[in-house]
Amino acid sequence: MATIDVSKPILDLNEKLAAANRERFDEKGVFVLDLMASPGAGKTSTILATIAALRDRYGIAVIEGDIASKVDAEKVKAHGIPAVQINTGGACHLESDMIGRAVAALDLDALDLIIIENVGNLVCPTEFYLGEHAKVMILSVPEGHDKPYKYPAIFQISEAVILNKVDTLSVFDFDVEEFEGVVRSLNPQSPIFHIAATKGDGVGAWAEWLAERIETVRIAAGKSPK
Amino acid sequence: MHEMGITQGILDASFEAAEAAGAKRIIDIRISVGELTEVVDFALQFAFEALTPGTLAEGATLTVNHVSARSHCNACGEDYEHDRFQMVCPRCDGFDVSLLQGRELQIDSIETEDDVEDDVPSPETAQE
Repeated sequence: MATIDVSKPILDLNEKLAAANRERFDEKGVFVLDLMASPGAGKTSTILATIAALRDRYGIAVIEGDIASKVDAEKVKAHGIPAVQINTGGACHLESDMIGRAVAALDLDALDLIIIENVGNLVCPTEFYLGEHAKVMILSVPEGHDKPYKYPAIFQISEAVILNKVDTLSVFDFDVEEFEGVVRSLNPQSPIFHIAATKGDGVGAWAEWLAERIETVRIAAGKSPK
Repeated sequence: MHEMGITQGILDASFEAAEAAGAKRIIDIRISVGELTEVVDFALQFAFEALTPGTLAEGATLTVNHVSARSHCNACGEDYEHDRFQMVCPRCDGFDVSLLQGRELQIDSIETEDDVEDDVPSPETAQE
């Protein structure tokens, strides 16, 4: 009988491929955002609102992750923004090799921002590093303010939390104060943005936060500030 | 059910280590899982039982070492253990904190066996 020391991350292969993705993004000065939420929280609407706020300033592309269909990629393309659809065929999250293949279809020299729309799920995407610069999650008002109690990890690893559909607060029993208190205790540093993506409300502050992060990556790659 | 992919990652790394050491059978795989991860023990064990038959790890056990969450407060310098839901510094209520441990997903070691009863002689042994 022998004990062999392995001491390796379980998701070693995913992490190595993610690091290779990240190296490409950094070299080209492209900020990559991994956007996570449950199905129906408004990921695609938030992406479209973000595009509307930043498209005059930055080159933007979107990678859409879904179990099936290309509905979301088509919605984005209809706005004249390059979009690549990944179909995971049942898998509940995206992995870094899928991102590597999707990125190959994009012209990185023309881009400053890639938004990855992860598969709608509050659990699985949390464990998979894709090479992104930041993970951000969206919770929508109809889902309820208790979600951080039930899915703490996704709130913990997100660098910003977006509360979407705030225009419906008057019809749902959503306690904003309690929600913010729990998010605070789970993740003391991340800002919480209140938006109504389909109406554009509150999108400005979120887009500014994102623009600051984009600038950091652009400048580190030697691009001139915008 | 991302535990299936995670378990496949555990097995791939274990097979590679076992084969490099010339081991014939894996009897135990030890991993560390942080309390802040979304990995469920039951689902890991289920995936392990589903994926190991017919492999080097058939009949092996999967031993999980749970790593508690610990953080450091950058304001007052306190190091403290906490649960999944309370990361704020318990001493000064500070929000500027850094996680020290709790998000581990690591394969630590494997226990292998070189001699098995129905051992088939390797080509070199057969020639001697």
